[in-house]
Amino acid sequence: MGHIPKAALQMRKFFIEIGELSYFAGRFFKVGIRPPFEFKEFLRQCYNMGNRSLVLVLVTGFIIGLVLTLQSRPTLIEFGAVSWMPNMVGISIVRELGPVITALVCAGRIASGIGAELGSMRVTEQIDAMEVSGTNPFKYLVVTRIMATTLMLPLLVILGDAVALYGSALVENFKGNVSFQLYFNTVFDALSYGDLIPATIKSFFFGFAIGLVGCYKGYYSKKGTAGVGTAANTAVVFTSMLLFVIDFVAVFISDIFYEL
Amino acid sequence: MEKEIAVGPESVKEKKVIIDIKGLYKSFGENHVLNGFNMKLYEGENLVVMGKSGSGKSVMIKCLVGLMEPDKGYVSVMEHDISTLDQESLDVLRADIGFLFQGSALYDSMTVRENLEFPMRRHRKKLGDIEDTTPFVMEALESVGLEHTMELMPAELSGGMKRRVALARAIILRPKIIFYDEPTSGLDPITSKEIIELMRSIQKKYGTSSLIITHDVDCARVISERIILLVDGVNYAEGSYHELIKSKDAKVQAFFKK
Repeated sequence: MGHIPKAALQMRKFFIEIGELSYFAGRFFKVGIRPPFEFKEFLRQCYNMGNRSLVLVLVTGFIIGLVLTLQSRPTLIEFGAVSWMPNMVGISIVRELGPVITALVCAGRIASGIGAELGSMRVTEQIDAMEVSGTNPFKYLVVTRIMATTLMLPLLVILGDAVALYGSALVENFKGNVSFQLYFNTVFDALSYGDLIPATIKSFFFGFAIGLVGCYKGYYSKKGTAGVGTAANTAVVFTSMLLFVIDFVAVFISDIFYEL
Repeated sequence: MEKEIAVGPESVKEKKVIIDIKGLYKSFGENHVLNGFNMKLYEGENLVVMGKSGSGKSVMIKCLVGLMEPDKGYVSVMEHDISTLDQESLDVLRADIGFLFQGSALYDSMTVRENLEFPMRRHRKKLGDIEDTTPFVMEALESVGLEHTMELMPAELSGGMKRRVALARAIILRPKIIFYDEPTSGLDPITSKEIIELMRSIQKKYGTSSLIITHDVDCARVISERIILLVDGVNYAEGSYHELIKSKDAKVQAFFKK
């Protein structure tokens, strides 16, 4: 019996957090569209986030491409369908694996970074100092970061996809003597705008979610150094969960369009 | 127990009131931090508010600059009722207020120069639409004796140097009032004395009024013209340092006992 109130309390806490996050997102749109725009800070954040995650995304993408091809090969050989390898890998990477894995890697790298950075700024009163000096900290810190992640994630996804496909082509080249030209021609033949557009749109939402949750957790970080750690940690957990929810909704919507 | 009623130097009383707080209340849940606090700061005055940790000193100072909204009470800064100001007017008013935060609050990701230039982004007009900010940055850094640190990052500075840079940032817009939130906390006695001397010299140079929140008796002794003791969210006692140390009240004595 004692578990029920505790579970109810946690559910309540969860829904309060969802409500606060929605309000935070609303504030982003309200504040973000009004001048002055912090363009210089936005560019700095784009550079930081792209630069900070590029190597990780490239390495992860390359290994995913290698592993996916190596793991699928025996099964496809068994069914005499190994010639479908570029089609299968191309579609699965572009539609699903590329965006989701890149977003998860960035959630670990960027969302936790933003959470910790803003959290420590909150704890050390830097956000208060910014406000006292007449700069809107929400606009300067939050809007620029969310916009930067929204813009940079699709670019990272495209690079991650390219490297994953290259990794897959490398395996096919070694194991199946398939030339790189033939491999990529087959991949591009198999892909349509119906694969590329939903995946790209989805990536923008992933980027938005990463920036939003990272900023929310950091901006409202509780006092003390423990609060900074919690902000960074919960930013990753919450973002990862949100990414899967967005992915489900995106697949569900694009599936409706496919049927039409 | 009888409270000691406001006294202070006569010369101060004749001056213009630039901060007026009447019946300030602020609670956090069941924790009633301020329970009807009253205060007046006169032009050119150095007023010290002393109180134990958690007595609401920092909350009071944050209500003054609009970082916190009081539950009840009247807060006026330079004849502007803070509660009625919109964001734009509040920002304009803040250009006349310098704030030295307890932990210095320098922006970690910016150099010392960028930290000092930051308030000028929004309030450049106040300094006459300047093109080059370097002379202003240099002058502020010279005032605190740290002109050689312009291109350093905050992480490369000692605690005392950080506090001095924060002081330079607080005066860069030539404010009329400076709020000091525990200016000597976390510093060794020698550095504390240096900071107190700097505060005095800055007040002399720029003619600012100062509101100093502290529990450092030495700081209060050296810099104050008037002291308010904040106990249980209200003004418990008020007077000059020399008046208060003569008090027979046990709570007042507890503050000044070495």
